[in-house]
Amino acid sequence: MDERERGGPPDGDPAGVIDTRGLTKRYRGGQLAVDGLDLTVPKGSVFGFLGPNGSGKTTTIRMLMGLIEPTAGTVRLLGRPMPRAARTVLPQVGALIEGPALYGFLSGRDNLVRYDSADPTADPRTRHARVAAALDRVGLTAAAGKKAKAYSLGMKQRLGLAAALLQPRRLLVLDEPTNGLDPQGMREIRTLIRELAADGTTVFLSSHLLDEIEQVCTHAAVMAQGRLVTQGEVADLAAGARGRLVVTTPDPAEAARVLKELGVGDVTADGDRVTGEPPGRDLAEVTAALVTAGVRVRGLTVERASLEDAFVALTGEGFDVAG
Amino acid sequence: MSRAEYPTGAAAVRRPNPLWALGLLRSELVTTVRRWRTLALLGVLAAVPVLIGVAVRIETRGGGQVGGGGGEGPAFIAQITNNGLFLVFTALAATLPFFLPMAVGVVAGDAIAGEAGAGTLRYLLVAPAGRTRLLFTKYATVLAFCLLATLVVAVSALAVGALLFPFGELTTISGTRIGLGEGLARALLIALVVAASLVGVAALGLFVSTLTNSGIAAMATTVGLLITVQIVDQIPQLHAVQPYLFSHYWLSFADLMRDPVYWDDLMRDLGLQALYAVVFGSAAWARFTAKDISA
Repeated sequence: MDERERGGPPDGDPAGVIDTRGLTKRYRGGQLAVDGLDLTVPKGSVFGFLGPNGSGKTTTIRMLMGLIEPTAGTVRLLGRPMPRAARTVLPQVGALIEGPALYGFLSGRDNLVRYDSADPTADPRTRHARVAAALDRVGLTAAAGKKAKAYSLGMKQRLGLAAALLQPRRLLVLDEPTNGLDPQGMREIRTLIRELAADGTTVFLSSHLLDEIEQVCTHAAVMAQGRLVTQGEVADLAAGARGRLVVTTPDPAEAARVLKELGVGDVTADGDRVTGEPPGRDLAEVTAALVTAGVRVRGLTVERASLEDAFVALTGEGFDVAG
Repeated sequence: MSRAEYPTGAAAVRRPNPLWALGLLRSELVTTVRRWRTLALLGVLAAVPVLIGVAVRIETRGGGQVGGGGGEGPAFIAQITNNGLFLVFTALAATLPFFLPMAVGVVAGDAIAGEAGAGTLRYLLVAPAGRTRLLFTKYATVLAFCLLATLVVAVSALAVGALLFPFGELTTISGTRIGLGEGLARALLIALVVAASLVGVAALGLFVSTLTNSGIAAMATTVGLLITVQIVDQIPQLHAVQPYLFSHYWLSFADLMRDPVYWDDLMRDLGLQALYAVVFGSAAWARFTAKDISA
């Protein structure tokens, strides 16, 4: 694959929305959390950031936002160096980092007013209107006057998202945005992310849920043990893991014999399904050979590998194993 | 999927609002005062003059003198029965060694560490509040709390004093008599000096607050340091270090009740507070601007 080309900058723009070069973080104990990360997030993409627990995703996000100083390497956000340009860049970036953090003794609305006051570019005259719009966007208008400590985990998550949406943003960095939400809430958030992306906002999304990444992301990167394993378009990443040729037939034994003769590797028969590695030749030829041999073919297809298959192939481990 | 260009309108040209820092300060003040903990501390401080006033009133019901000639109890307590205004001085003298600095230590210790512990610090910084600005705003808020706490004690004492005791001309420590108007002016001046005396402990607490992600740990450390300093200030063998302890000249505010005012110790007190503010303020800045925010 050719990720470097694909992830590269569009014409006339020196860099992606997020652009890191050799980004490295070694903690004081000597532990290498992030190791030489070259990440490029193209503008307008919904970028999935994947990796097992402890693979360095959160440390990377904190370095992107200027919360943690890199040991080596550079970060550019919206084409400007971080953390030097934090004051001009960060007002255009909305973030949800490692879950929401709220003032429990303040109402949901007052929490947003507080965070908006910390933004030097926020206009106090439009503050209440923007807070109301953000609350409405995440469906919290009815609970806006309640103290945040009375919120459920899902409501806190929504309020955290609302804080990221107080201003029009060019980039949203969302760390596990559907954490703690019920399936209905997850669907709403996914719809919201798609809407934002359609408006031209680039979304950088870290998630544990592979099917979530597959559903909403155009691009993805995979981290394992502090290193970037791969990055590129989601469709290509999944294609990188080889799919399976699947023949559905009432004559599995005969079909398996014909497939082996055609040179298909790793043929296994399970009930009326015979599977094998996808052949190099045209599928039409395979079909013709099967039919000629008298195999009754009900279906013949190459099942595309899921992102999960790709992920396991890349990291060599299950998703929830700590790196 | 749409690959629209950046929305170059509203998002791209927003300029920082010049008055924004004041907005952040206001948000900080409101957030501090709305905490139950702050209200509880102010409630305790307001109760101290009530306690002293009622105790003195009960004690002197027969017309006797409190601590008559013995010199026991906080400064000025013997004069309260003659003039309620002295309750202000007595209450400040009673709360300055511990209650006031403890309240300031709690608010200062919690300022950064409490936000870090709750995780709200990271959202303020990516807003982006700016580390230096946030630290200055926090320090300004703690100083405002010093003033507020002192005024709560003074106003509560004034109210209780006016309610339970006569008001009028008063006698200074030097024996001269001054009118009620000037007495009130001196009471206000004393309250300001007491508030300024807390500047050092506020800076110390803020510095401690940048060292940890636990608000409780920062508060406990600051209050612990306060107690240690008070103890060291009482040990005669350690007299060499005592002039450098932030609490050493605290009770010099009583010199404002002399006629003419004796300024030497007052100036030493204010100078020492400024020194603490500079030293620990710089340390807090150096620490906070270089710190990895991992909570």
